[in-house]
This record gives sequence, structure tokens and C-alpha cells, in this order.
Amino acid sequence: MDKRTANAIALGLLWASAIVTVAVLFAVIVYVFINGIGQLSLEFIFTWPHGVNAEGGVWPTIVSTLYVTLLAMLIVTPVAILAAVYLAEYAVQGRLVGAIRFAADSLASVPSIVMGLFGLALFVEGMGIGFSMLSAAMALAFLMLPIVMRATEEAIRSVPKYIRWGSYGLGATKWQTVRRSVLPAAMPRIITGIILATGRAVGETAVVIYTMGQAINLPLSPFDSGRPMTVHLYMLAMEGINLPAAYGTALLLMIMILVFNLGARYILRRSKRRM
Amino acid sequence: MADQMSDKSPEQISEGTDKIVVKDLNFYYGDFNALTGINVSIKERAVTAFIGPSGCGKSTFIRCFNRMNDLIPGARVEGLVSMDGQNIYAPGVDPVDLRRRVGMIFQQPNPFPMSIYDNVAYGPRLHGVRKKSELDDIVRTSLERANLWKEVNGILDRNGLALSGGQQQRLCIARVLAVEPEVMLMDEPCSAIDPTSVQKIEDLMAELKDRITIIIVTHNMQQAARVSEFTAFFLQEQAGEPAVLVEYDRTANIFTSPQDRRTEDYITGRFG
Repeated sequence: MDKRTANAIALGLLWASAIVTVAVLFAVIVYVFINGIGQLSLEFIFTWPHGVNAEGGVWPTIVSTLYVTLLAMLIVTPVAILAAVYLAEYAVQGRLVGAIRFAADSLASVPSIVMGLFGLALFVEGMGIGFSMLSAAMALAFLMLPIVMRATEEAIRSVPKYIRWGSYGLGATKWQTVRRSVLPAAMPRIITGIILATGRAVGETAVVIYTMGQAINLPLSPFDSGRPMTVHLYMLAMEGINLPAAYGTALLLMIMILVFNLGARYILRRSKRRM
Repeated sequence: MADQMSDKSPEQISEGTDKIVVKDLNFYYGDFNALTGINVSIKERAVTAFIGPSGCGKSTFIRCFNRMNDLIPGARVEGLVSMDGQNIYAPGVDPVDLRRRVGMIFQQPNPFPMSIYDNVAYGPRLHGVRKKSELDDIVRTSLERANLWKEVNGILDRNGLALSGGQQQRLCIARVLAVEPEVMLMDEPCSAIDPTSVQKIEDLMAELKDRITIIIVTHNMQQAARVSEFTAFFLQEQAGEPAVLVEYDRTANIFTSPQDRRTEDYITGRFG
């Protein structure tokens, strides 16, 4: 084949692949937008569903989703950061650390429905916490843990060695160096990791369906059950109760996740400019 | 390897007070013997320059003085390094305390990604200074001594990384001065910054040496000639062999009448 022809074909294939990728994403967003936008209103967001067809709004499901996500974030952040600091700074690099990292990566690829089942067995029934925000948050934390931990580890490793030397050179102990210069320098990327994991948690269905319950309920205490947006969406759609409301919920969910992701990008960009 | 040294043993420089004395030092990275048979005495309140071609162990050697090499897995020191008569590798010596007394400036200016104020206050805070007024004083005095105060007065809350390379290096010097070290190690402090800033840092060294013992590693022989009273020439003659200290003397002697042929070849630009 003529090399010019080969070049043109390669270029065409690359273009086509790029366009398909963007088009699929675009199609999903546009489809949900067109079907959901008619539903969106302050009333939809801030009122309760009522009646057999779940008319009205989705307010308690938004609260349940935000409640469980925030709680999961509070649980996962300290554990993930401390684990990452240990792995990146303290542990003797070798087989054990390699094994821990492999375990974390495997944890990240456990199907979320399995994690949900595990949460049901351990927290809901085993520990007797019952269907609740707390059970769901802990199960979600398992799901978020590897994401936040690996992001933090990478962030810590990317702090230039010169920064550490500067700190040690002033007579800092290892812990002082980690706490006062390494972690602050790594913080923007750690926060980005937390936000991305949070976006994942917001959209998670399988884990919460087993651990939070399904009752529409405005959770106040962590021991209250509830119904997150994803489960609400699932039930509206699968049981054909109220398809327009399902699209409205879907659009809201997508907007929330988009906001999280944009937030992550904004933090990363701002800190890069500062660096 | 001592026979490779010039006849003039470093201990024979009789003037001044010895701040740091090194005897029969060997340095290893794992199995690799990087430096061997080093004997030298660093004079108090003077500038001593370490010169030599790349890879001759100057930077490795300077890091023995604040035990920065302890951070490198597999690094090992044999022999004696003493400061004010005390062996700094003795079991009871805490490298963390030592590093407060022996500050270090690196080739790459390395301010922390935080405000100018917090950069300078970093060291004092590590060592327990909490009072705002006290920290304010230390920050101002240190920046003044580093000849940076006039340029950053009023923008102390700005990120240290926003400064120019030369200003960043002076910020790093201020940061070290804030913990009042007795010795300042400078590992090629001027090789990553612009010429005007180099001038400022050299002037600064001349001012600081009244109170602080300074050791500078430099590739630049003119710089060594300009800033130092004493010069040590290091050389690794064969790749894979340990580097040695070839000659150590008053800077004027090294540059005008070196005793060792190899020193002469190096300073006249025949190699390196």
C-alpha cells in the first residue's frame, strides 16, 4: 500500500474512534437532558414523592445520597491518607508493600454488588447496625478506599525530593517533614482523589441498595435508613412507576457528579498555577 | 590510598580554628566505595570550597557533615567526622539536632509551596517557637541577613514559589539562617540561577562568614577563587574507583602554586 494512503487511513481511523467516543458520551448526556429537563424544578428538588406513582419531588433521596456520601468521605479520608503515608513514606519498599498495593488494586476491582452483599452481611446483620446511613457509608468507604489511597500515594510520591531535603535539612523529624511539608504539597492532588472517589460514591447503586434500605425517609441520625437517588431511579424505572421522574432524577445525578468532577479539576488547576 | 595525597597534609594548615575535622573517611553506597582516605580540617568562620569534576564525590562528601546521607538506603560512612571535637557519628548524636546546627542549601532552590513567611518560620516552628511576635522578629531578621527583606517586605504572604530563581535561593538561605546554624553547607547553590543573582549570593556569603562556617561545592573555579579562603580539590581518577582528596590548601595557593600535578591540570583547564 502507498505510504500516503496508509497515512490517510490511519488518520481516518483515529478520527473516527475519537468521534465515536465523544458521540457516545454526548448521546447519553443529550438523551438524559432532553428527557429529564422538563422535570427539573425547585418543586421537584425540594418536595417529597407522594402517591402510588411517586409523583412530586425527590428531596429525601437527595438528602440520603448527600448524607451517605459525606459520611463515607469522613470515614475513608483519614484511613486512606494514613495508609498511603505509611506505604509511601514509612514502609520498607518490597514484597509486603507490593502485596498491599496489589490488594488495594484488587479491592478497587471488586464488583460493587459483592461489596454491597459484604456490607449487608457485616454491618447490617453481623454488627446489627441495620439498614442505615452508617452501614451504607462504611460499605461505600470500602469502595472508595483504594481510589483515595492510591491517589494519595501517587500525590505523596510526586512531591519532589528537594522539598523533603529542605525540611530534613532544617532539623525536621520524619513525621514533621511528612506533616508540615509533604502532605501540604501533596494536598491538591489528594483532594482531587477524594472528590473523584466521592463522585463514584454518589453514583453507586449496588452497594447502597443492600445496606441503606429502600424506604423513603429523611435521614437525621446515621442509624436512620433511607433511599438514595440511584435506588430511587432504579425503582422508578424498573417498575415502570414514573419514567419522567426517573429521567429527572438521572439528570440531577449527572449534574451532581459533573459538579464534583469540575470541582476536582478546578482545585488541581488552581494549585498547579500556584506551584 | 593515603600515599596518593599531596605531601602537604591538610592538618598542616595551622591558622584559624578547626570547626570540623575529618579523619580517614571512607564512604560507601552499598558495595561501591565512593570516597576514600579523606583527611581534612574545615576552618571556623571561613569559606571553604570543594572543587573537582562531576562525579568526584564533592556532594556526597558535603552531605556527610549534616548526615543527610543517612536518608539514602545503603549509604555508609567509615572514619571520623567531628565538629567542635565531638564525633557527629557517635551513637548518642541525633542527626535531627545536628541538621539544625549544620544548615544546607541545595543546587535547586527548594522553597516549600507555602508563603514566604511560613517558609522562613518553618525551622523555628519545628523547634517549638510559637509566639507570633517572636516568629515575626526571626522572619524579618533572617530575610534581612539573606539580603531579601527589601524585595519581599510587604508580600510575605505570597507563595515562595512565585519568586524568581535567585530570590528563591536567598529565601532558602533565610530559611536556614532562621534556625541559627553554626555551619552552612552549599551544594552548588548558584548553578541553577541567573548571573545577577549569583553576584548577590556571593556577596551574601562574604557577609555571613563572619558568623558562620561555610562550605561550598562548586563547579565554577572562578567562583571558588572569588568566595573562598580554603579550597579542596577532589578527583575520581578511574570510573568505578573511589574519589580522593588530591589537595587542600589556602585558595590562593591552590590557584597560583598547586603542589599536585593533577590539581594544576584541573585548574588550568586540561580536564574536567
